[in-house]
Amino acid sequence: MLWQKGLAPANVVVRGARVVDPVERIDATLDVRIDDGVIAQVAESVDTNEHRVVDGAGLVLAPAFVDPHVHLRTPGREDEETVATGTAAAAAGGYCAILAIPNTDPVIDSAATLQSLVETARRDARVAVGFMAAITRGQAGEELTEMGELADAGAAAFSDDGVPVASAGMLRRALQYASVTGRPLALHCEEPSLSHGTHMHMGRVSAELGLAGYPSVAESVMVERDLSLAAAERQPLHLMHLSAAESVAALRRAREAGTRSSGEVTPHHLVLTDEAVRTLDPNVKMNPPLRSDADRVALLDALRDGTIECVATDHAPHAPHEKDVPFEAAPFGVTGLETAFAALYTHLVEPGLLPLSTLLERMSAGPARVFGLERPRVAAGARANLVLLDLGRRWQVERFHSKSHNSWLLGETLTGAVAMTFAGGSVVHE
Amino acid sequence: MIRLVTDDLRPPQHSDRRHLLSMADLARDDVERILGTARTFATSLDREVKKLPTLKGRLVVNLFYESSTRTSSSFELAAKRLSADTLTIKSAGSSVDKGESLKDTALTLSAYDPDVIVIRHPQVGAAHFVANVVDAHVVNAGDGKHQHPTQALLDLYTLQQELGRLDGLHVAIVGDVLHSRVARSLVQGFALMGIRCTLVGPPALLPVGLAQGFAETTTDIDAIHDADVVYVLRMQHERMQPGANFVPSLREYSARWGITPERLRPGQKVMHPGPMNRGVEIDPRVADCGDALIETQVRNGQVVRMAVLYDLLVGGPVGVKALAAAEVA
Repeated sequence: MLWQKGLAPANVVVRGARVVDPVERIDATLDVRIDDGVIAQVAESVDTNEHRVVDGAGLVLAPAFVDPHVHLRTPGREDEETVATGTAAAAAGGYCAILAIPNTDPVIDSAATLQSLVETARRDARVAVGFMAAITRGQAGEELTEMGELADAGAAAFSDDGVPVASAGMLRRALQYASVTGRPLALHCEEPSLSHGTHMHMGRVSAELGLAGYPSVAESVMVERDLSLAAAERQPLHLMHLSAAESVAALRRAREAGTRSSGEVTPHHLVLTDEAVRTLDPNVKMNPPLRSDADRVALLDALRDGTIECVATDHAPHAPHEKDVPFEAAPFGVTGLETAFAALYTHLVEPGLLPLSTLLERMSAGPARVFGLERPRVAAGARANLVLLDLGRRWQVERFHSKSHNSWLLGETLTGAVAMTFAGGSVVHE
Repeated sequence: MIRLVTDDLRPPQHSDRRHLLSMADLARDDVERILGTARTFATSLDREVKKLPTLKGRLVVNLFYESSTRTSSSFELAAKRLSADTLTIKSAGSSVDKGESLKDTALTLSAYDPDVIVIRHPQVGAAHFVANVVDAHVVNAGDGKHQHPTQALLDLYTLQQELGRLDGLHVAIVGDVLHSRVARSLVQGFALMGIRCTLVGPPALLPVGLAQGFAETTTDIDAIHDADVVYVLRMQHERMQPGANFVPSLREYSARWGITPERLRPGQKVMHPGPMNRGVEIDPRVADCGDALIETQVRNGQVVRMAVLYDLLVGGPVGVKALAAAEVA
C-alpha cells in the first residue's frame, strides 16, 4: 500500500541519543543499532559491529513522522511538485511515510492512473508514499469510483479533498461501499453554499479587510452531517484539516458516542489565527482558513487530549506566479512538510503548551493508526523509520527541497531541526 | 530594478517608504496634518492661476483597473495642479487586456521611475502588493471591498468644513456596508477623529465585527434620526451575485432603507461617495436638496488628493516655506 524506491539499507549505530517513543514508553538515553535497515538492538550500550556511528549526544531519536495529507501535484502540475521533490521534502521534514491526495489532473479515480503513479513512486519516492483515490469520479460528486479495483491497485484511502462530497446521499453510498474495501474515507468538510467565493475566516478581520468570509459553521455543519451519516451507517470516518471549535466539539461528541471517527489538524491552524491575514500575505491563505484564537485553542486542546489524533501538513505547493498576486486573487494552500515539526516545537512545545511526547505521537503513531499503516517505532525487529532531532538548533526558513516555496513560515526563525531521517530502513536525509 | 529570484521569495519587506494604503496606517496627527495641507491648497484654488510648482518634475502614475470618474479625474487634476507629470493607465486597452499580471504591469511602469503610483483594483490587497513590488510611493485608490483612504480623508475634510468640527459629531452610514470600501475606511477614520458612527442597513449587508469597538450597528432606519449627518452608500448591485439574496429586491431595499425627505430632520446633512443610484438608496429630492453635500465632496476630493500627494512626496505640514512657494507661483 506504500511504495518507496530501492535504497541501500542502513548499517548505523546512533550512540547516546535521548530515545523517545511514547507508544513503546521509552524516554531514556540509549544506543540504537540498525543492521541492514532493521533495528537490531536498543540498549544502554551496543556493539558498533563496524557500522557507521552517529553521535546522538544532545539529540532526540524518535519514530519518524507520518503525514496523512500531502498534495504531490502529480500528475498534472509537476512544475509545482513531483513524487521525487515532494518525498525529498518529506525526508527533510523527518517523515518516513506520506499519503498523497488525489485531486490531481487527471484525478486519481481509476486503477490505471493509480498504477502509473505507483510506478513513479517505485522509481522516485525517497520516503514511503501511499496514494488516496477519489471517492467520486473526477471528484465531481456524482458517481462513485470503482473503489474495489482501486483498493486492489493499492489505494491507501478515499478522499475528494479539495472539494466536499456535497450530497448527503452520495456520501451515504460511499460510506456503505467503502466498507467492502476496508479503506477509510477521509473527508474535506465544507458546505459550499456557505463558503462559495470566500477568501478567509468570517469574523472581525474579514469584516475589516472587506474579504468575503468563510464562516466556521460552513465547516461544522458538514462535520455534523458527515458524523451523523457515519453513525447511521456504522462506518468509520476521518475528518481532514479541522479548523473550527464547533467541528472539534462535534468530533468529541461523536467519539464519546462510539462513532469510529478521527480527525487531523495542520500546524498552521495550531499556530496562526485570522489576525495573520492582516498582512495580506498570500502565504497565509488556505482552505480551511485560519480562524480565531478560540478555534486555535480548541484545536490544541483536542490534539492534547487525543480527540484529534493526527497532525497533517496539508502540504499544498503552488507555483510562484500563482501566489505572487494580491491576496484576493491568490489560490488556497501552503507548503508544510519541511517545517511541521519545527513550527510546532517552536510554537507549542517550547512555550510549554504541548508535551514533546504528545507531539511525537500525533505526528507518527496517530496517523499510522488512523490509516492502518505500519507504526514507526523504536523497537528491536522493527524497520528503521526514525528521526534524529536537534532540539537546540535554530534555523531560518529559506531553502526548500520542495519545488514550491509558498510557506507560511518563509523568513521565520524556528527552533528544532531534523538532523537525520531513516525511512524504510534507509538513511533518506541528513 | 533587477531583482534576484531569491528576493522575490521573501515575505513582504516593510520599507521606510511612506504609502497611503489604509486609514489604519494613519494616526490622528497625520489626518490633521493632511487636512491642514488641503485647506492651504484650497486657498490657492481661489486664485486666477491655480497651478502650484510644488511637485514639478515628479511623475504620478494612475493605474486604474476599475472604472472610475471622480477618483481618477481628481487624482489626475490634483497632480497637475501641483505641476507633476501624470500618466493614466486604464486596464481596458492596456496589456492587462492581454493577460499581463499585476506584478508585471507594476514593474513595467516602475521602469519610468514614478514618484507615486495611484492604484485602483478590484482585488483586496492589490495596493499592498504593488507597494511591495515597486520603489514608488503607493496610494490606494480602492482595493476591492477593503479600503479607499482618500475618500475617507475628503469626507473628513468636508465634515470639518461644513460642520466646523469633527470631535463629537454623529454620522449614520446607511446601506450596503458589506461591499463598501468607503465604509471600511470611514469607520476607521471616524474612530480616529472622535466621530460617533452608527451603521444602518439590512442584516446581511452589515458585516459582523466591523463595528466592534468603533460604531453601533442597527437594521432600524429610524436610528438615523439622531445623526448630524446621514452618509448614504451606493447599493452595489453589480457586486451582488445572482441568488445571493442579500435583500429580496431593490424595491424592498428602497422602501425600508432609502433616504427620503420624510426620513430626514430639517437641516440634517446628507453625503454620498457616488455614483448614486437615484431612487434606490437616495431619493432624487434628497440628492438635489441644499443639505446634500455631494458636490462639495467631489470638489474637496481635488484638494485632499493634492494634500496626500504633497504629504507623501514633500512631507510635513505645509508651513511658511510652502506658502511662500505657492505665492511665487
